Amino acid sequence: MSTPHVLLGLLADGPKHGYDLKRAHDLKLPRAKPVAFGQVYATLGRLARDGLVVPAGQDRDAGPDRTSYELTEDGRKALMEWIAAVEAPMPHLTSVLLAKVVVTLLVGDADQAREYLAAQRAAHTARLRELTGVKTDPDATLGDVIAADFGIAHLDADLRWLRTTLDRVADLHEEVITR
Amino acid sequence: MSYLSARGLVRSYGRTPALRGVNLDVEEGEIVAVTGPSGCGKSTLLHCMAGILRPDAGEVTYREHRIDTWSEGARAALRRTEFGVLFQFGQLVAELTAAENVALPLLLAGTGRREARTAALSWLDRLGVADLADQRPGEMSGGQQQRCAVARALVTEPRVLFCDEPTGALDSLAGEQVLGHIVRLAREQRTTVVLVTHDVQVAAYGDREVMLRDGVADPTGLGTVAAQP
Repeated sequence: MSTPHVLLGLLADGPKHGYDLKRAHDLKLPRAKPVAFGQVYATLGRLARDGLVVPAGQDRDAGPDRTSYELTEDGRKALMEWIAAVEAPMPHLTSVLLAKVVVTLLVGDADQAREYLAAQRAAHTARLRELTGVKTDPDATLGDVIAADFGIAHLDADLRWLRTTLDRVADLHEEVITR
Repeated sequence: MSYLSARGLVRSYGRTPALRGVNLDVEEGEIVAVTGPSGCGKSTLLHCMAGILRPDAGEVTYREHRIDTWSEGARAALRRTEFGVLFQFGQLVAELTAAENVALPLLLAGTGRREARTAALSWLDRLGVADLADQRPGEMSGGQQQRCAVARALVTEPRVLFCDEPTGALDSLAGEQVLGHIVRLAREQRTTVVLVTHDVQVAAYGDREVMLRDGVADPTGLGTVAAQP
């Protein structure tokens, strides 16, 4: 995920300081990995250096001064370009899962690869059930549901790959060790 | 002993084996997903456990009664009173309205017409399709029809609900709504559910998953299991 662009997006409706940005990030992307305060301030520093945001005043609520930031014209332009840009769909076929199967076949045998694939399938299935629980919770927001849907669709794709690869392990072992 | 149990089930169609010794234990109130590729025997297992088919060998017990040896009539009575069955499609009678379809199992069980209609309307309401009560299946979408079918399967308040690919004919959003209703109502009623599906996303609605492969349970998921004795 591009944290700089997400922060630019969160600044689009008006100035905010780092604390507000952190809260807005975790609220709007409820199932994403929470962003750390340090990461927010460091990112704001880089965005300011590049002229995409500028300081817009300071708050003092019985604590240290907090600098608010707002988008510049360049910042708004960079944000709109990022929104419009189509992401490259899977430019590299790399995955820890894929690498593990090949390396297991290099150093072990087909049975070890099968055991790994079955264990990974069980872990994926458990996570799929957990996310299904998130989306069927009566208190789930639509944001929770679409975040869970995103995870569910990817886990489903992985599970299909795990199942098919399980059936292909013996042939793949032959290819890996003879190449 | 488990609430519902299959022990060493064997079933063939002609010379083609569908089940080659399947064991499955289901506890009361549990939602168990039975998964596996096409032809693995999961629908045959459901049909045997629901008393629709008789296994060639093995036993099916329900609440400590061995039911696979019961007569066709006794098993049909069990399906009318204790079990509910939900298939992929084609379950509603085309000539009857939604309310008449849902009331049908109650009428067959001897419930009075007015009481059966009241119960049917209540179940249609719980499935969010009360406004379709007087419409016929041909006037409804696939998702609406399947919600009526869920209402019909649950109107007798069965202890066990058997679902065979219940969302297989629906688009993903309609399927999700039907599954959400099944799981919510099963939890409310403490209904035991056996859910057969080839779809891992559907299986994830269950409390646990049992995989079948080539007519036997595949507990490790390795796909290399031998027939059980």
